[in-house]
Amino acid sequence: MGLNLNWFKYSSPATFYPLAGKMIPYFAGLAVVLTVIGLYLGFFVAPTDFKQGEGYRIIFIHVPAAWMSMLIYVVMAVYAGVGLVFNTRLSSLMAYALAPTGAMFTFLALWTGALWGKPMWGTWWVWDARLTSELILLFLYIGFMSLRAAIDDPRRAARASGLLAIVGVINVPIIYKSVEWWNTLHQGATVTISSGTSMESTMLTAMAVMVFAFWMYTIAVVLVRVRCEMLEAEQHTDWVADAVREGK
Amino acid sequence: MWAVFQCVVRRDLTLAMRRRADVLTTLFFFVIVVSLFPLGVGPEMDILRMMGAGVVWVAALLASMLSLGRMFSADYADGTLEQMVLSPQPLTLLVLGKVLSHWLTSGLPLVLIAPLLGIQFGLSTQALLILVMALLLGTPVLSLIGAVGAALTLGLRGGGVLVSLLVLPLYIPVLIFGAGAVDASMSGLAAQAHLALLGAFLAPALVFAPWATGWALRISLD
Repeated sequence: MGLNLNWFKYSSPATFYPLAGKMIPYFAGLAVVLTVIGLYLGFFVAPTDFKQGEGYRIIFIHVPAAWMSMLIYVVMAVYAGVGLVFNTRLSSLMAYALAPTGAMFTFLALWTGALWGKPMWGTWWVWDARLTSELILLFLYIGFMSLRAAIDDPRRAARASGLLAIVGVINVPIIYKSVEWWNTLHQGATVTISSGTSMESTMLTAMAVMVFAFWMYTIAVVLVRVRCEMLEAEQHTDWVADAVREGK
Repeated sequence: MWAVFQCVVRRDLTLAMRRRADVLTTLFFFVIVVSLFPLGVGPEMDILRMMGAGVVWVAALLASMLSLGRMFSADYADGTLEQMVLSPQPLTLLVLGKVLSHWLTSGLPLVLIAPLLGIQFGLSTQALLILVMALLLGTPVLSLIGAVGAALTLGLRGGGVLVSLLVLPLYIPVLIFGAGAVDASMSGLAAQAHLALLGAFLAPALVFAPWATGWALRISLD
């Protein structure tokens, strides 16, 4: 009775590889279209901020990048957890594929934050709670990727880095709260984006479109990367031989 | 079960006492790192007093991390660790015993020598007391979290450097509240909140870290 879904069908690399290949162009295309729309709305349609002038427009990249950096870490830890519990090889490969993109967005958020901070705060860097926790998040990504890279045995690498991702994700809220408290203790109120004024609706739309653009970009890039990971992990199997021969 | 725990602690302590140089190296490392700061930033007592607690804490983090390699590597090399994992005794308890002896040989000495270094930084008696209490609560957390990192990097190329990448970001909350406790007491505020939070880190770390370490050991020995 009912739907006879095989939940694990696409958790096998052999079936997921061609599916991922078919999905990549759609997500990549959506990413490009949404980025163009989002940047157009953000740079040309959204009004100039009366306090910050034109410089504020970097938030259309900065804020979505910061959100993605945190979301990707959580998604990565979920994949790692699934990989540890169900022993599905694909889950660990997904976690690996997500990590560089997450680290890239973290770096992007820090970098655009510095670019914004220079004209607004007059300094490239302040030890603000959010900046500091973003920096620590970058360290966590680097730790995850280095542990994986240091272990030769793929099975051990998958499980060890998976456990590290889970330990990390439990600690992220604790670190975030500690840093927040530390900051208020040390320097009192720092400059923060004023939350008093509500956001202009076009600004909000532009930002939402950019968030979706980054999502689509992430999915496309992760699928490309996970396909490479699958080929490498399964290089001795028949389906890889077939896939390579057919040039898919 | 209790007997096994005692046995592990006693064995590790005996081994550490037979190789006293290892224990002393960590301690001297701690002292040297702390002593380098006045040379780097200048001898003005006001500045030193302000940074004293932070410097001692950062040095404690580094010293505790450097000694993590000793926690499992010798047992891993001679196969004892494998026997421990295979034994019918709960691995969590064995790990807890090893963590305790690691703390006794590398954490506790730091706590005991810290007041002396604090005096060099011009900390008041009150601040020294808070520093010792904070270190007493905080350094076991460092050993517990560090155990997970040590177990994950067991027998890897460049394990020593790698473990710092994994473990140091996770040490940050302990550093913040450990140094914060002393800062608070120096600026006339109560340090209880910070100490309570350090205790609040210790409690779940005592429960979850040995368990995660056991899991990591099983992964590494697989």
